[in-house]
Amino acid sequence: MLLKVENLSVSYGRIPALTGLDFHIDEGEIVSIIGANGAGKSTTLRAISRMVKVEPGSKMTFMDKDLLKYPPDKVVSQLGITHVPEGRGIFGNLTVKENLHLSAFARKDAAEVKKDISRVFDIFPRLKERYTQKSGTLSGGEQQMLAIGRAFISGRKIMLLDEPSMGLAPLLMQNVFKALKEINKEGAAILLVEQNARLALQFASRAYVLETGSLVMEGDSKKLLEDPEVKKAYLGG
Amino acid sequence: MTVFFQSLVNALQWGSFYALIALGYSMVYGVLMLFNFAHGDVFMVGAYISFIVATALTALAAAGTIAIPGWVVLLLTIVCAMMLNAIVGIIIERVGYRPLREAPRASAAITGLMIGIILETGVLAIMGAQRAKFPSLIQSVTYDVGGVFITNKKIMIVLVSIVLMLALDQFVKKTKWGMAMRAMAFDYTVVPLMGVPANVIAALTFAIGSGLAASAGCLFGVAYPVLDPYMGIVFGWKAFVAAILGGRGSILGATLAGFLLGFIEIFVALIFPSTMRDFIAYSIILLILTFRPHGFFGEPHSARLRL
Ligand SMILES: Nc1ncnc2c1ncn2[C@@H]1O[C@H](COP(=O)(O)OP(=O)(O)OP(=O)(O)O)[C@@H](O)[C@H]1O
Ligand SMILES: [Mg+2]
Repeated sequence: MLLKVENLSVSYGRIPALTGLDFHIDEGEIVSIIGANGAGKSTTLRAISRMVKVEPGSKMTFMDKDLLKYPPDKVVSQLGITHVPEGRGIFGNLTVKENLHLSAFARKDAAEVKKDISRVFDIFPRLKERYTQKSGTLSGGEQQMLAIGRAFISGRKIMLLDEPSMGLAPLLMQNVFKALKEINKEGAAILLVEQNARLALQFASRAYVLETGSLVMEGDSKKLLEDPEVKKAYLGG
Repeated sequence: MTVFFQSLVNALQWGSFYALIALGYSMVYGVLMLFNFAHGDVFMVGAYISFIVATALTALAAAGTIAIPGWVVLLLTIVCAMMLNAIVGIIIERVGYRPLREAPRASAAITGLMIGIILETGVLAIMGAQRAKFPSLIQSVTYDVGGVFITNKKIMIVLVSIVLMLALDQFVKKTKWGMAMRAMAFDYTVVPLMGVPANVIAALTFAIGSGLAASAGCLFGVAYPVLDPYMGIVFGWKAFVAAILGGRGSILGATLAGFLLGFIEIFVALIFPSTMRDFIAYSIILLILTFRPHGFFGEPHSARLRL
């Protein structure tokens, strides 16, 4: 088991956002969490990447290590968990090149970094054309590619993706998901969070349904696609 | 005309002090969205550290058989003072500001004022109430350039300042640490997701700002060799003005604004009685800010960022 989450609870101030989540992800797996606005999808990812404090009693184990012992930057650099946050988190004042290099900040293997960057260019040739451009001037889709490219470089045991389809035209979206499949084939597990439930369920092999801070369903994503309740609530009937 | 050039030379020297201090203010503000109101006192501490290092080195040189040239002692003093004051800055960040990351910004501002008072009274307690006399490290030489008097000290001060500013500029533009600082200025929350230790970058920012303040303190001691524990207050406020005038986190802006402050002050004093100098000088700056509320190079930036 790659990532095991037990009894995960998170509150913002006094307001609980997640209450006792249990889920897991296996090596190389693609898992999705679907849910409505405000269900707590982004919060779940933030908890794993240690961006938010978790409540006492929460437990997260990553490759048999206690995740909660690692500060946020070490979660990335030592465990290889990368998080593409909601809204992409591009540094608009930095060039594409600088954004990519920043994601290699903690890496000491310069030669490998170079290879990874050219691999990113293979996957997203558009980024190569924009290499020296300020990333704030990239289109939304290009920014999404850059965000995924950065995650690819900073470590890739598992990628936490927060709504990568957001704001992308259908064709571009297909390209992005094809690229993600490729990255997955090279060994990275993926935890995908999506409001676009159909897309997420088609992409993932397994899925969880999150409702106001609790997981209410889990299973094979093909089965969930056929589930009458999921259909009614998330797939538009 | 000679009066003009004479003032220009003086303005460059004052501008160097202001700019070096303003850079620390501006960087901390840019990277951490925090006004370090103790920064003027950090400059003062830097001046005292320079004083101690310079005194010690002079004594050492006098005791030894080999004579160390004055300018070598001066350079050593600047380097040592910058490093020691950087440590002071790191401690201030760690003890004073880091625990307040999630606190309202007003708490951080008040913390800054308190740290300032602690530094002032701390230096007072350790060094005593009498003013410290900065040792004269280099012989003053005055050059007469067509009626304009330029001292070797003034040239040295301006040159050292410019070298430091260029070095800072290159550091921020070219190194991965500088890149991380710029990224942090844009969006603090995402930086750790890149595997970048945000706390280290915060400490580094304080270290650099405090180091630059120490260089200003040392250069000030060379030019005006009398130090007292409250000398940082007015300098701090003026450098703060320069940092705002330059625009949030802008290195070029803080530098130019620092020099501009020096120019305005000196040239106002040329025309008006010296008692009215700051009154008029800062009225002018207030006027500039009404027209450019974000300063020279600041962008209207949403304040979504936090320390
Ligand atoms: N920084 C915050 N402070 C306070 N409450 C927050 C904060 N972030 C999220 N919340 C609340 O926590 C709950 C879960 O939010 P979260 O962002 O995880 O939802 P989500 O499932 O990602 O929603 P969406 O699909 O709209 O992105 C919501 O009720 C939200 O209002
Ligand atoms: Mg969300």
